[in-house]
Amino acid sequence: MSATLSWSTRTRQRIGILPGFGLSLGITLTYLSTIVLIPVAALFIHASGLGWSGLVEKLSGARVAGAFKVTFGISFIAALVNLVFGTLTAWVLVRYRFPGKRFFDAMVDLPFAMPTAVAGIALTALFAPNGWIGSWLEPLGLTVNYTQLGLGIALTFIGLPFMVRTLQPVIEELSREAEEAAACLGATRAQTVRRVIFPELLPAILTGFALAFARAVGEYGSVVFISGNIPRYTEVIPQLIIIRLEQYDYQGATALGAAMLVVSFSLLLIINLLQRWAERRAGSAA
Amino acid sequence: MSGIPAARLRGATDHGVPARPGMTEPTWLRWLLIGITASFLTGFLLLPLAVVFYEAFREGARVYFASLVEPYAVSAIRLTLITAFFCLIGNTIFGVAAAWLLTRFRFPGKAFLISLIDIPFAVSPVIAGLVLVLVFGLHGWAGNKALTFFWPIVYWLSLGLGTLLLLLTAIGYARTQRLRWILGLVGVGFFAFAFGFDPVVARYLAAGKEWQIIFATPGIVLATIFVTFPFVARELIPVMQSVGQEEELAAISLGAGGWTTFWRITVPNVKWGLIYGLILCNARAMGEFGAVTVVSGNIRGRTNTMPLHIEVLSNEFQFAASFAISSVLALLAIVTLVIKTILERRLNRPGPEL
Repeated sequence: MSATLSWSTRTRQRIGILPGFGLSLGITLTYLSTIVLIPVAALFIHASGLGWSGLVEKLSGARVAGAFKVTFGISFIAALVNLVFGTLTAWVLVRYRFPGKRFFDAMVDLPFAMPTAVAGIALTALFAPNGWIGSWLEPLGLTVNYTQLGLGIALTFIGLPFMVRTLQPVIEELSREAEEAAACLGATRAQTVRRVIFPELLPAILTGFALAFARAVGEYGSVVFISGNIPRYTEVIPQLIIIRLEQYDYQGATALGAAMLVVSFSLLLIINLLQRWAERRAGSAA
Repeated sequence: MSGIPAARLRGATDHGVPARPGMTEPTWLRWLLIGITASFLTGFLLLPLAVVFYEAFREGARVYFASLVEPYAVSAIRLTLITAFFCLIGNTIFGVAAAWLLTRFRFPGKAFLISLIDIPFAVSPVIAGLVLVLVFGLHGWAGNKALTFFWPIVYWLSLGLGTLLLLLTAIGYARTQRLRWILGLVGVGFFAFAFGFDPVVARYLAAGKEWQIIFATPGIVLATIFVTFPFVARELIPVMQSVGQEEELAAISLGAGGWTTFWRITVPNVKWGLIYGLILCNARAMGEFGAVTVVSGNIRGRTNTMPLHIEVLSNEFQFAASFAISSVLALLAIVTLVIKTILERRLNRPGPEL
């Protein structure tokens, strides 16, 4: 009796004094396993059932290769656009004062709050040849809808908040003292920005870029409206997975899904490492 | 007035105060950057939002309201509400449990568990749908066979547990009157569950019906839960972390029970964080498209949610109706942003951790 008591006392001291460890652990693990872990594991089990040669066979072919190229290529470009405009937006929203600042700040989350289908249909209407923006681009010879440009615009739209929201807190935490010191030592503003501010922001910029890229790679909702789903031109992998399912080609969909999951997990790992780097950077600066 | 200069120096970009040349950008550059950002955000965020309402009302208010009360639209709205409801309940229970577990205890594997919670953020919604099709679909693990196999076990377990609880109540195991009531009612509940569902299941099996998950409401709910899974937990964890556990420890040491402490101390302390997470979760749940597309099968009036209905209408060139449904969801997005902004001021932090 005393042995059990001392054991449980020791356990309590180790894990914590408050009650509810067993209950909360049980709920968390059960929910996590049922909703996420078992289904994700099922995908890998189904994929391994195909065997290595089966996987390679399902993942080869011009259409799949094209979809991979389009997905990663356009997502990368979209994330780059976000890198430029997201960094600019974050900088302007933190450092400058101007009328309507709060409003624009709140608006940044719109792509996140707005359902992707609504974003897709709205962008399509906006960039249609007779749309508000499309009618200006048409004389310039720029067609957006059903082209890679449209795909890129949709992927940029949904990635923007990730870039801005990752950078904003970091810019707020930037030490003004370092900038002051640089200015006192005779650095021009451009030099200060390049040599002092940019290196401090780099980990956060890369994290935001990776988050926006990861989001763009998996995007389906907005893409389906504006891209036109043209194989090897605007067809992305999530679309191809759905097409495979509609053709009852479960093996093809499984192979594509497993490949995408591997990419997603690698991106998640990279993002975690980048965030740790950013935190270390912030910790050493403080 | 003496406090102002220091504050101004920290944010030395206020155009009212002449800033030192090396500390900020020249005024013309500042306004150029502001101009670029404002026009970028207006063109890229504001115009898409405006165009939804413009297109929705282009054919008049009558067409607008007619397309919202049309039976298929109503059933889509209903399914969206049902899905969001289950999603919020499930994710709240999980979010609170996970936040309690991760902020109040030390145990091995904690960091790993936190990264597992983030999985749905990294995974494409389409894959969320795909994995559910693989688990429950045509060649899946569960289905009619599962019901045939599991129902008798659930049935006898329920009867056994019900009998046990009623016996315990009868022999006076429960010390308080309240506990006696609870035990008795739960016991009766088990009996009601077993006897009530047995004919339903029997009818299902006799009819040779498939136990539908995919292409039906349960699949849609599960897919939506998958993609919205981390929201409540991710918002609650930092809030509970910063609140700390001193007040809870004080309550426990003064003799309060675990549940009393939870309801009286923890919940009031973290309620704004919880509401914040629920708002984000709800926005995503009502608007989810990719995951739901895969598992819904697009049966009009039965498995169409609002986002899916938008796609169907747009494919049929019923643009006014399609934009009318979109405008409802866009309105939801605006409301979400407004509440979010208010809550952020209350929680005193810059933005969500996406």
